[in-house]
Formats: sequence, C-alpha cells, structure tokens
Amino acid sequence: MNRRLPPQPHEWIDRTRPVSFTLEGQTFKGFDGDVISSALWANGQSVLGRSFKYHRPRGLLSMADHDINAMYDTPERPNVRGDVTPIEAGMSLAPVNTFGTLAKDKGAWLQTVSRFLPVGFYYQTFHKPKALFPFWEKIIRRMAGLGQVNTDWPAERSVKRYHHTDVAIIGAGVAGLSAAKEAMNAGLDVLLVDENPHIGGSLDTHYPFDEHADGLRESVQALEASPNLTVMTRSYAVGYYGDHWLGVKTPSGLVKVSAKSVVVATGVFEQPGVFRNNDLPGVMNASGAERLVARYGVAPCRVGVVLSANPEGVQAALNMIRAGVTVKALLHTGRLSADVRASLTEVGVHVYEGVESPEALGKQTLQGVQFEAGSQTHQLECDGLMMSFGWAPAGALLYQAGARFSYSESLAQLLPVTLPEGVFACGRINGVFDLQDKAQDGARAGRQAALFAKGQPLDPGIDEAGFRAKQAHSHPYPIWSHPKGKNFVDMDEDIQLKDLKAAIAQGFDNVELLKRYSTLGMGPSQGKHSNMNGIRILARLTQKTIVQAGSTTARPMFHPVPVADLAGQRFRPRRQTPMHDWHATHQAQWMETGPWYRPEYYATESDATASIDAEIDAVRRKVGLIDVSTLGKLTIFGPDAAEFMDRAYTMRMANMKVGTTRYGLMVDDSGVVIDDGVVVRFDEETFYVTTTSTGSDQAYQLLTRKVIEWGLDVIVLNRTGQLAAMNLAGPFSQALLQEVVTQPDFDLSLTGFPYLAARETEVCGCAVTLVRVGFVGELGYEIHCQQADALTIWQGLFAKGERYGLRPFGVEAQRQLRLEKGHIIVGQDTDGLTHPFEASLKWAVHFKKPYFIGRSALQRHKARTQRQLVGFELPLHQPLPEVSNLVIAGGQIRGRVTSVGRSRTLNKIVGLAMVDVDWLQNATLLPIRLSHGPSVEAKRVSLPFYDAQGERQNQPLSLDEPQEANQ
Amino acid sequence: MPLGLLKYAWKSPESMPRFFPDETPLKKHYDAVIIGGGGHGMACAYYLAKEHGLTNVAVLEKGYIGGGNTGRNTTIVRSNYLTSEGVAFYDESLKLFEDLSDEFDLNIFYSTRGHYTLAHSDSALHTMRWRAEVNKFHGIDSEVVDAAHVKKHVPYMDTNCGGHLPVMGALYHAPGSVARHDAVAWGYARGAQSYGVEIHQKTAVTDIRTVGDRVTGVQTDRGFIETPRVISMVAGSTPTVAAMVGLKTPIEIFPLQACVTEPVKPFMDTIVVSGSLHVYVSQSSRGELVMGASVDPAQLHSTRSTLDFVEGLTDQMVDLFPFTSRLKIMRQWAGMSDLTPDFAPIMGKTPIKGFYLDGGWGTWGFKATPVSGKTMAHTVATDETHHLIQPFSLDRFERFNLVGEKGAASVGH
Ligand SMILES: Cc1cc2nc3c(=O)[nH]c(=O)nc-3n(C[C@H](O)[C@H](O)[C@H](O)COP(=O)(O)OP(=O)(O)OC[C@H]3O[C@@H](n4cnc5c(N)ncnc54)[C@H](O)[C@@H]3O)c2cc1C
Repeated sequence: MNRRLPPQPHEWIDRTRPVSFTLEGQTFKGFDGDVISSALWANGQSVLGRSFKYHRPRGLLSMADHDINAMYDTPERPNVRGDVTPIEAGMSLAPVNTFGTLAKDKGAWLQTVSRFLPVGFYYQTFHKPKALFPFWEKIIRRMAGLGQVNTDWPAERSVKRYHHTDVAIIGAGVAGLSAAKEAMNAGLDVLLVDENPHIGGSLDTHYPFDEHADGLRESVQALEASPNLTVMTRSYAVGYYGDHWLGVKTPSGLVKVSAKSVVVATGVFEQPGVFRNNDLPGVMNASGAERLVARYGVAPCRVGVVLSANPEGVQAALNMIRAGVTVKALLHTGRLSADVRASLTEVGVHVYEGVESPEALGKQTLQGVQFEAGSQTHQLECDGLMMSFGWAPAGALLYQAGARFSYSESLAQLLPVTLPEGVFACGRINGVFDLQDKAQDGARAGRQAALFAKGQPLDPGIDEAGFRAKQAHSHPYPIWSHPKGKNFVDMDEDIQLKDLKAAIAQGFDNVELLKRYSTLGMGPSQGKHSNMNGIRILARLTQKTIVQAGSTTARPMFHPVPVADLAGQRFRPRRQTPMHDWHATHQAQWMETGPWYRPEYYATESDATASIDAEIDAVRRKVGLIDVSTLGKLTIFGPDAAEFMDRAYTMRMANMKVGTTRYGLMVDDSGVVIDDGVVVRFDEETFYVTTTSTGSDQAYQLLTRKVIEWGLDVIVLNRTGQLAAMNLAGPFSQALLQEVVTQPDFDLSLTGFPYLAARETEVCGCAVTLVRVGFVGELGYEIHCQQADALTIWQGLFAKGERYGLRPFGVEAQRQLRLEKGHIIVGQDTDGLTHPFEASLKWAVHFKKPYFIGRSALQRHKARTQRQLVGFELPLHQPLPEVSNLVIAGGQIRGRVTSVGRSRTLNKIVGLAMVDVDWLQNATLLPIRLSHGPSVEAKRVSLPFYDAQGERQNQPLSLDEPQEANQ
Repeated sequence: MPLGLLKYAWKSPESMPRFFPDETPLKKHYDAVIIGGGGHGMACAYYLAKEHGLTNVAVLEKGYIGGGNTGRNTTIVRSNYLTSEGVAFYDESLKLFEDLSDEFDLNIFYSTRGHYTLAHSDSALHTMRWRAEVNKFHGIDSEVVDAAHVKKHVPYMDTNCGGHLPVMGALYHAPGSVARHDAVAWGYARGAQSYGVEIHQKTAVTDIRTVGDRVTGVQTDRGFIETPRVISMVAGSTPTVAAMVGLKTPIEIFPLQACVTEPVKPFMDTIVVSGSLHVYVSQSSRGELVMGASVDPAQLHSTRSTLDFVEGLTDQMVDLFPFTSRLKIMRQWAGMSDLTPDFAPIMGKTPIKGFYLDGGWGTWGFKATPVSGKTMAHTVATDETHHLIQPFSLDRFERFNLVGEKGAASVGH
C-alpha cells in the first residue's frame, strides 16, 4: 500500500531524491527529507513499534518527538526516534524491545494476561520466597528497557559553544516569530530556537491553505535574512537553568545560551483521548496527521474519521480533504454551528455531534470506530482515526524558570499566571489560538522582552491575557472508561485508565505519588501526552479541581539529550615541568599527581626495585637530584606579611630571621592537618612558601580568601607555574653545587650557609634561591629558579655531576628516603581528621601566638590526643605489611599502618602507624594483621629510623678526601 | 507466573486495598509527633508502634510521603564504611533491608549487585585497603581488588579512563545493593498505619513549643498539636527545624544532584563508584542508568538542577564507559543534603527534653532508613540512647569527639 500523496504546498521532502533504508532487514524507500516514521508509513507499514509492557502493536501518534513507541536501534546507537529522525541512505533499523518481529512479537501474549499485571504489580509479588527473587529479577530485567547497547561503541564527544544574545526566543511558530520581529525592530540581537528543521511551527501544518498564513510566511522569509537574528533549527532548549541561562541542543552540539530576556513560545502538546483501543495503529493525534501530510506528503490513512472536541479538529478534517485524504466523518463531542457543519458536509464529511464513548476497532491495526451519538451506537469503517481533544502547555521551561500555572476552567487548559522577571510567554502556551491573535500576542511578548533586555520598564498597558481564546480548545475530560479496558493514558509505559483508578484507590492520590506508583509520565516522553489526562483523572476521582490535584515538577531535559553533547570535548589539563623531556629521554616511569606528571623512578636497571635501589644508594652515598617543580610556590608580601604568616601557619613566623627557612604546617579550623611545606623569609615583608604538589590550589585559595577576611595589607602571589625547583641531596651535594655556583665568593661552607638557611645567588649563570633543607635526610639544597632557567641548571648539574655519581631520583625513592628519616607525607600519614599532635608535630604548634587558623581546636586536641603516629620495624625477611593494614590487639582495632617499606639503608622493614594512645602506653610490639592472612609483630621504635642525631646534615664528602666528614 | 499476581486479577481497580487511609483531621494530642514523612520518619513510626506499642503517633509531612531525599536518592545500600561505629550501624541496616520485602509483604526490589569503589591513585588505594581491613575485621564482605579483576567483572569499563587517571584497583563489596526507594517509605507507612499511626501529608510544622527545656507541642499549618515527644527526621530541613527549639547543629546544606538516561536493555549488573572522577552509576530494573556525582560546590537550600552538573558528570562517564556517549540523559533532579563535618549522622536525644534529632544524613542516609527508624524508636520509647547510635550524638561536636568517617576523604595526594 502506497500512502504517498501528491506534492503538498510546503512539504519538506525532495521527491527527486529517493533514499532507501532497511527495517528488520526489509528494504524501504523514502525521499530525502523524510523521517523514519513518515517513510515507513508511506510504504504502508502501520505497525511501527511494539509497546513497552504488553508488546501491543503501535503506529504513530504525534510526529513531534513524542512517539516513544516508534523507536529503533541502529548499529551505531540505541533508541532512535522514528518520528523525528531523518532517513539516511543505507540506514539499518531494528525496532527496540520486541521479541521476534514487529509483525509477530512473542511478547504480545502479555496483553492477554494484563489483568494479572495491575498497576504496581511488581511491588505485590516476586518477593516470596526471598530466595527466588534473584531469579525473577533476571526475568524482569530481560523484559525491561528499550534499545540495545553495544558496549564496544567508541566514545563520541561533540563540541560545545556559548552564545550571548539580547533576547532568546524558544519556539519559532507564529507567536515566536512575531516576537522575534518585534525584538529585532527594537534593534536587539535575537536568538530563535526551534526543534523543527524549518521555522514556522503550525503555519505549514495547520494553516497550509490559509491566505493569512501566506502573509506571515513571507514576513518570515524576510526575517531570516536579518543579520541580528540567529536561528537554530533542529534545536531544542533542554532546560531553563536560572538567570536566563539555557542549554540548547543543536545538531552540532550543545550551545549554552545566556540571554537578557527569554520568550517562551513553545506552544502546546496535543493530548490524545483515552478510550478503548486508543493505541491501535491508525489512531493518532490530528496534529500528527497534519504533520504527516503537510511535511512529508503522506496520507495518514485511506479512509479517515476525525474525532474532535475543538475547532482544530474541524480544521484538520478540512485540511485533510484539501490535501487529498478521504475523511468520511467528523465525530464531535459537542455541537457545531450550522455554517461549520455545512462547510464539512459540503466536502463530503458526515458530521456526528454529541459523540461519547468512542472505541477503536481492529486487531493489529485500526479497522473502524464505534461510538455513541444521539443515544445510538454507531460503527464506521476506517483505517485512520484522528483525535483532536485538546492541549497541554509545553511548559517545562516556564516551570523551571519559576512560573506558576493555573487552570482556566473556561479554556480547560493550564495557563501561566505568574512569570519570573524577564521571562515572557506567548502563543498557544498562553492560551492564544487564533492565527492573527497569536501574531499579536507574540508581538506583545517580543516588545516586552525587548524593553526588559534594554533595562527599560515594561509597558504597563499591555495585557498578557488580552489575546486569549474566549472558548475552550480542550475537552475537559476526554476519557471514557470501558469494561474491557485497553484505554491507554500513557503509551510510553502502557498505563491504562484502570491502573490509575487502582493506584488512586490504593491511596496514591497525590499527583506525585500517583506518578511514582503507576510510573505515569516517567517514560522517555516524560508525560508530554499523558500527564494532563492523568491529572484530569486524578481530579475527577478524588473530587478535586485540577489545581488542587496539582502537577508534577517539570524537570530538565525537555527532550532527552545525548551524553556526547553534554560531555563535550575532553579537556584534561596536564602540567609538565621544564625537565619533562629530559625525564622522558632518561627512561622516566610516570605517575600522575593531580594535573602533573612526575617520574616515579627512572628505569635504568633491570627492574623497578633495582632502579629505585640505585637511586636511594646515590642519595645516601653520593648525590641525587629530584625535580620538585610541582610543589606549590607562593610569595607572600606586604606590610602585614609577618602577621599574615603568623595567622596562617601553626608555627611562629613573625620572628623568623631574614635568610632563614622554617617548616610550615597548615591546619584547618578544626585543627586537621591540610598542607605543609617550607617557609623562607627574604626580607621583613616578603615570605616565600612551598606547599604540597596536589594541595597548592587549595592552599592558594584558602590564603587569598584569608587576606580578604582578615583585611590585612598583604598580597599572595601564586608562582607555581612561574618557578621551577629541584632538590640536590647527598653527601656530595655541597661539592657538586660548589662547581656550578657562578657568583664569585659565594660562601657554601656549612657555617656560612647553615642548615635551614636560605640564600639568593647564581647557579650556572642563572638567578636562584637556595634553601638548605633535609627532607630525605641528607645534606641537601633546594634550588628554586625561573622555569626558563631550570633545564640549564639541571643539565649543568649533570654536566659536572658524573664524577660524583649524580643520579636523578624519582618520587618512589624520595618516599622511602623520607620514611627512613621519619618525615610524614600529608595525606598519606595523615587522614581527613589527623591533627598535629597525632602526627608527632607537636613541636610545630606554637600556642604563644594569640591566633592562628585552628588554634582553639588544637588546644582541645592537645588536651586529649587519642591517636599517635609511631615508628615500627621488622626484620627484612618478614612479609612486608601494606599501607592500611591494621594494628589489632586484644580483639580490637588499635591503629593502622600509614607508611611502610623495606629500608635499603637500614636493612630492615620500617614503617609508620597511627595508633590509639590508650593502648600504646605499655605496648612495645605492634601486632599488624596482613592483608591476606596472619599477623606480624612489629617492634615499636622511636623516630627517626635513620640518623637520629641529624649528623648527616654536616657530613659532606668531597672527591679529594672521600672518607672525611670535613670541617 | 508467581501466584502473588493472582490475588488482584479479579478485583476491580476501585476495590484494591488501600496503602494509606484517607485524610483525617488532626487530633489535639499525640504521644509522639514525627516531623518528616521520608523513609526515616516512616520507619521510626513503624518501629515505635510495632516494637514499643506506641501507636498514638502522628507523622507530619509538609509535602507527600517520600517526597524529600527519600524519593530523590540513588538507592545505594552498603556497609563498607571506615569506622567500627559506622560498620556496625550500617551492617545492621543491611540485615534489616534484606527482610523488608517479606516483612511488608511488598517487594522493595532489594537487589544485591556488588559494589565497586574505584581507586585511581595510590592514596585512594590506601584508603580502599583501610576500609577493606576494617570491614573484614568486622566480618563484612569487602576486599581490595586490582584493575585486572575490575576489567574482568566489568568488561565494558575503560579501566584506562581515556588515558587520564586509570583505574588502579577497587574496593569490592559483594553485598552492595540497590532498592526501590519509594517502596521502602510506602512499606513502612503502610505498616505503621496498620498499627494505628496517623500519617498527615501536606501538613507542615511551622514551630515547636517548649516550656522550660521541655517540648510541649508543635504548631502546624493545620493547627496546634500537644505532644511530649517530637522527633525531627527532616534531612535537608534539619537546621530549620532544629532552630525551632533554639538548637544549633553543625549541619550545612549542599545540593546533591542525580540524573537518569533513557531506558536501554539492562547490561550493567554492578554498582560502580568513582570518587576521583566524581561519578557513580547503576542500572535500574526499568533499564535507566541512574547516575550521580558529589555535592554541588556551594551551600544552597534549593533543589534546582544545574547544567554544570550533567556536563561534568557525563564528561567523566564517557571516560569510564565510552559507549554511554550514545545514550541520552532523560531527566535530572536535585535534593538538599544535610552534611556534617565528620560525615556521620546526628542521632538521639538533645538538650531539649522530648526533642529527638535524626539528621545529618548527607549523601548516604537512604541505606540507614531501617536502622535509624529502629534505633530512634528505641531511644524515644525507652528514653535510653540505643547503643548503636551512641557515637552519633549531637554533643560529640562540643566534645570534639568526632566519628572518623571523614578519614576516608583524606586530603589529596
Ligand atoms: C541525589 C541524591 C542521591 C542520594 N543517593 C544516596 C544513596 O545512593 N544511598 C544512600 O544511602 N543515600 C543517598 N542519598 C541520601 C538519602 O537520600 C537521604 O539521606 C535519606 O533519604 C534521608 O531520608 P529522610 O527520611 O531522613 O529524609 P527525607 O526523605 O528528605 O524526608 C524528610 C521529609 O521531611 C519533610 N519536612 C521537612 N520540613 C518539614 C516540616 N517543617 N514539616 C513537615 N515536614 C517537613 C520533607 O518534606 C521531607 O519529605 C542521596 C540523596 C540525594 C539527594
């Protein structure tokens, strides 16, 4: 059966360009411009899909992106919507959620047992006996869901854009277009968004032969050429996100729109009637039929009947006839005026008035309609039944913007009553139906939106309700119960009238509870064609008004939005130090720390352990160099710098001498350790501090906030990306450094440049700050310099370093070295609640200061410290505990390991554990339970494990006198 | 077909047994008033009546049953917490959950799926092991697994995460489950009512009356009610209700958002959580992927949705599950989560006699629904704090005796 009509005046298809595609392996031909449903329908295919629960045959309904029953899988993506997706050559489609084929779905037996599957049936069963639930659940999961996912699909990510405009207008129907024209006449930039491929809204579908429409159509074309208009077609606003911020899904990705004012001209959704077999293929919304005819030149049926309650139904019947579709009768629920009746009979449409209790007849597809009129039952044969019962506002965006709707009894429609500032509604969503009125209402909204966008007062003389219809365009209750049911309220979810009745009878008589229990409106169309009828039913059954019955929250998305569009392009900032390439060419094995890539070790030896051991040996016996450019680096300067430092850190800083360094410990208000680093004082008003690599942003944020809170005259400058740093450590460090210091007479002697001193000097011809610190437990120097100079210095050191056995070392060697020295790593040896007294950092808290962040909390913590970080050791041959193994004694958890490793230097296992103080009192052994088995008894030892007296700081080696600890 | 379906087959829809009775007028006096008709409020009412014979009880709900966070959450139920207090408490909840369908004769779809918490760094792995060790000590099924194990059991995951922050391992918790959130609230509500408890929807408490340091009644938008016991179970409204008796809590409200995709045929049977990527996901028995992230960055008493949230979430989802880029987000929503400084709840008695508090449930309180109902009912009925909730008392903040749950959220590295 070919349903293609002769060319229609405004059709979207190009009949010169045929396109073929397949469904279930069968080839179909359509034209360029067709959507899947129109092409299938044109070919005589009436069963476009199967319903979700009962697998009933379904046809088309709206042709407006609500036809959830006509969804297909392609090899590339699931849940492709037939009513809006253009066909493409070679497209291969399979219907979703069918067991078998569209013609023969093995799941269809379910409708014969539908009486056993009442609303919420799954709550009532499957749980007894408990042991069988997993079995039933498997079956339920097999029945659930729509399209099929292929988990091998590669990622798709589209590009996101921003768009700024004066006035954003959503919906390019008559009202939206008129609004656009008005706002543009006011000299403003306008964005017009419409989900259809062409603007004009119902102009072409409902008014294809109307001469007023022709005038409007021409002015639309003129509009499109204007430079201050941006049109986004095939695009929909996914949500209104506050402050005139809209997400717009376009074919090329998500556009984030910021507008000064917003006009919502999104129109209305046509609502089906609820009667027996209202879901049979061939029963459809009249507006759906109009779209099919006007856009695609496809007849909805051979012989049609219009079932109507409003003027749009009459117009649809006339439109059909003009287009060449046979309409045999119009069944009107009310009365028609004589001239309307005449206009219909004139063209051969038989009119029935006062129609009640319609019922669609047929098995697989529609074969006829039965109804009551004039206290008689009638039957008519037909293969198309076009419903025109009324409308529900496409109000999601307005609801999200904070608008309030109220029900107009006279219009039998929900209408916006209060709108938030700068948001305007016009057209059918505002209850305006007449073509000329829509144009005027649009112009009104456009004018107001323009005034608002310009920051001018709105025109108080304009009445928002001025153009509204005087008579209802919706049936107040297009719902007929039937003893045999199958009268569907929600086609996505297969919810029948009896289901809602049952749910309400069970006490789910609040609109939200009704939705949740029955799943009304929870399907992919999100209730666009079911919520309004659901509310009408609820109101009727609970004897409430529509307003009292309430409505559910309209949440984004307006239509579902592909994840690829929301995700957008992948943007993962990566940071590299100036030595990155050098590391790479020296076999660095990378690890990620935040955005940074750092060498974990250099794979110079046969395996990781050997390489790391070699690095450790170099530091302990000779000299090693580590890139620490990832440390946070801040300069804090200004008249109040010393005061600021005193408040920000736990130690006293104001009394630091110029040219010295001090350990800097930061805690939060509750006394929890959050960061640490080194503090250098350059002069009275200038401090330079380092933070941990991953904590730098957080620390910078905190400190800059504090500057404002405390009102101090100080500036915090983040220099992390500007400066580089490296740490030269080991007994030869001094001798090697001496060779590259280019400032004449610079005193590097242990007394001239003592431990914890800081100096500004020149190395390899570059200005540097040298800081003598000993994180890894050897004599060592941190060298801070400009990024641009870092590689010169690094390579300069290696140029001279070979003699000394210089090696680069990575993060892993550093971790082990510092562990031997008993130095903590914030975030590893501390957790989200650790305070300094637990972390053996009591010495770093100076209560003599009147205030510092966390002071009062720390005073309490000091009085009752519950945990403490202690050292432990085990013989080398014992199994190595892992970080986070527990200390368990007397059947209770007493603590946990925070750091552990085999110490190459000390020839034993050493580790740190955070342990309960109560228990620790008399404990000399820590019983540590290993991850996969028994416990080991570790010996508690005092810290540090290595070089308790700190002598290594003063034992440099030189090549001339290799054994001496000189000076 | 299970026989359970037969019993409704020949009933007319109108004659279905009611879950909830019709609206009735408020009485002048109740022995106890529960503010908040979420899961917690309903559970507390149920256990008060069932286990303690206290039936002259009203639950007052300003909206509808389960309309707060109960009906908005992503329903993950697990007990692999970090502290001994937490593990004992949530484990008891899991045990109660397992039998709820039977107890209610209502299928709450308690579905045990297994729960992976991914680690993308050494330090995250340390935290996972810490949790696993504590869990194992308490007999909880919980273990650290490596990336290969994750890949084997969730083969469609890109454990390389698109080349950034690859999965290094995970904490695997076999008992991790999901359930139908609404059904839990409905089951408790129906049960409570069968013992005579009254549930009043669309009834907001506007003030609480005290005489001296003792509660005497509540003011509602439908009139005043006398009562010697008021139990606040209002999650995101806890600061507001506590203020009615002049109590301050350290609770801060942050929006927490979630979203679902359009339904697809179920393929994902496990629950996957990644703290570092700020995503978690499971697939419901309707076929939707249910996804969430961490709380919004700023405090706000609002349930508005943001575009940033879905953008951020989907960006990370595509790294973890590349094929999901072809799915569509259907709906998003938000709840107000009531966060405490130590990530543990506030439960039990307060300095105001007769005023009991159950709040601070943040992002994790659904799983506690049964146990908090039970322990709070015990506490209210006997006026003795149930031992499981002793560590969660309000005064721990004054005593600086925090629960160590936040340890798991240790600072970076
Ligand atoms: C997006 C999201 C995801 C989540 N995911 C999980 C998860 O996966 N697992 C998990 O365990 N937890 C999760 N949670 C947390 C969990 O939802 C909550 O902690 C839990 O539901 C709290 O239950 P409740 O009964 O205490 O509160 P609610 O369900 O919020 O109930 C409180 C009720 O009190 C009412 N109320 C407030 N003020 C008044 C008043 N003055 N008078 C009368 N009534 C009042 C409210 O209307 C509300 O219905 C999530 C939360 C959100 C928002």
